[in-house]
Amino acid sequence: MTLMQKFLGAAAALALTGGAALAEPALIYDLGGKFDKSFNEAAFNGAELFAAEGGSYRDIELQSEAQREQALRRFAEAGFNPVITTGFSIAPIMGEVALDYPDTKFVNIDGWLPEVPPNVQLIGFQEHQGSYLVGMMAAMASKTGTVGFIGGMDIPLIRHFGCGYAQGAKAVNPDIKIIANMTGTTPTAWNDPVKGSELTKAQIAQGADVVYAAAGGTGVGVLQTAADEGILSIGVDSNQNYLHPGKVLTSMLKRVDVAVYNSMKAGENLETGGFTVLGLAEEGVGYALDDNNAPLVSDEMKMAVDKAREMIIAGDLEVTAYYANDSCPAHQF
Amino acid sequence: MDLVQLIQVADSTLRLSTPLLLACLAGLFSERAGIFDIGLEGKMLAAAFFSAGIAALTGSVWIGLLAGIGASLVMSAIHGLASITFRGNQLISGVAINFLASGITVLVAQAWFRQGGRTPSLEGPERFGSINLPFAEALSGVPLIGPIYSEILSGHTLLVYVALLLVPASWWVLYRTRFGLRLRAVGEAPEAVDTAGVSVIGLRFAAVAICGVLCGLAGAYLATGQQAGFVKEMTAGRGFIALAALIFAKWRPWYALGACLLFGLLQAVAIQFQNIDIGGFIIPVQFMDALPYILTVVILAGFVGKAIPPRAGGEPYVKER
Repeated sequence: MTLMQKFLGAAAALALTGGAALAEPALIYDLGGKFDKSFNEAAFNGAELFAAEGGSYRDIELQSEAQREQALRRFAEAGFNPVITTGFSIAPIMGEVALDYPDTKFVNIDGWLPEVPPNVQLIGFQEHQGSYLVGMMAAMASKTGTVGFIGGMDIPLIRHFGCGYAQGAKAVNPDIKIIANMTGTTPTAWNDPVKGSELTKAQIAQGADVVYAAAGGTGVGVLQTAADEGILSIGVDSNQNYLHPGKVLTSMLKRVDVAVYNSMKAGENLETGGFTVLGLAEEGVGYALDDNNAPLVSDEMKMAVDKAREMIIAGDLEVTAYYANDSCPAHQF
Repeated sequence: MDLVQLIQVADSTLRLSTPLLLACLAGLFSERAGIFDIGLEGKMLAAAFFSAGIAALTGSVWIGLLAGIGASLVMSAIHGLASITFRGNQLISGVAINFLASGITVLVAQAWFRQGGRTPSLEGPERFGSINLPFAEALSGVPLIGPIYSEILSGHTLLVYVALLLVPASWWVLYRTRFGLRLRAVGEAPEAVDTAGVSVIGLRFAAVAICGVLCGLAGAYLATGQQAGFVKEMTAGRGFIALAALIFAKWRPWYALGACLLFGLLQAVAIQFQNIDIGGFIIPVQFMDALPYILTVVILAGFVGKAIPPRAGGEPYVKER
């Protein structure tokens, strides 16, 4: 009987390793949650595209900060490859965990590490370029000469969005007034639509007639209030034009879905050990145009924005990144 | 600061105070009867989801409101069962309620709507519209009174006025009725109430039920009055601020109105002005956000009068044999 048990145990172990050798990709969402209609949902959409083409993957939604390392190690030990993570907060932990699993490849979107381990790839986006374009559109659509920006948690990344937006708005109308507010300083700022709604009302009272929300779930409240009060809003990350057709001017697209899809598609052959930066040229960022917002975007607006887009790609127009020296030339946060 | 901004801040204060006030009064009834309730947050969250979810499914905000109150009552019943019937620790039961609500709302929302733990946006009759008080238009031209009446007081959703009316109603129930006297007594000296032949358990369950109804109103206001739909964790700590307001108000209804308006004002000012510049000295917005908690600690430390909780609060009643 003991011999039998040993055989059974060995067979079970074989079956386990056999399963792991398939090397499926794994995806870890940030605290905003898989269905935030924005950043993480874009990652999910990319993964679903991969699944639709016959691939398969595993994913997990984190509930707390403490789960980050646990989830990374679990996936790495179970043989998933590559392990893709979204959000900047997980990057430092990922950098450490990656050293323990040299055969597993890790990808992070939005993160930054001082030294990138050879099996880690960091993917970033030129959010300021996309925000510049929607900033131009906001300034052209505004009748009051005042545009608003509502950020989620007050972190450099969100200021980076706001800074590009402010530069774009100023480029169209140098006298434009920009009101920028942050929802909060803790992660609850990503999921507080009530406060987003109050901030929008406050900005409307100060004259804003276009507001740009870069605030995750909080943005749902911003877009709702803007639609209720009859002003225009701008969505972020995913295409949010459909949420309030005819009331959302456009959405600043951040093609997290493309980044996730490409990483999954590359699988074990993924190139690692550096940074990938996706900007306008790589179609990593852009503005959304579809049936829902077509009546709002005039030909003149479209021409101006497309021209700026080409100039940025060609290098004739430089949008200053907030990170460059932690300050913004167009707006004081 | 000009008049327009003042009006805007006052208007925003009323909107932001309402959920705090409803939750604070809910806590008041429960704690006055000797049942501590840190599950206000969870009850509000459950009510917010079920009011928005049912409103979206049935197309009627009123059925949604009833469902929200119902969900909150179920949470209250669990709290009552654990802490009154089975004499469990009230704090632990409250924490459990918060976790339960946080998980179950997203789970059910995902099962019903497949939108990742949120409800669809509510439109038209699925949400509370704003109510213009009578003569608001006519009075708007009158200086001083006009803007105050037509801009600040008028144009809110029904639940804002309900919350304000509930303050005198709570005062009357607690201090002018036999039920109120017994309810307060059961939180101070349950043995005396028992000796008088009144059921301690019955009174405490009644208090917890009232707490459930009020939390239901608070949650429904968040999801169907102030917002148009449910988003996960949308209460964002308001239940805890309401608890702070309750301590700040020293467990009294009128003081609760003052405390909630003050906390609402602090939030409104923080939203309106972000960083406040007073003669070169800048008050950061983070400080404004933390101020309700700081004030509560100051009160608890006994600097501004004493906040004495109900004497039998937190202790399950065991009949002597």
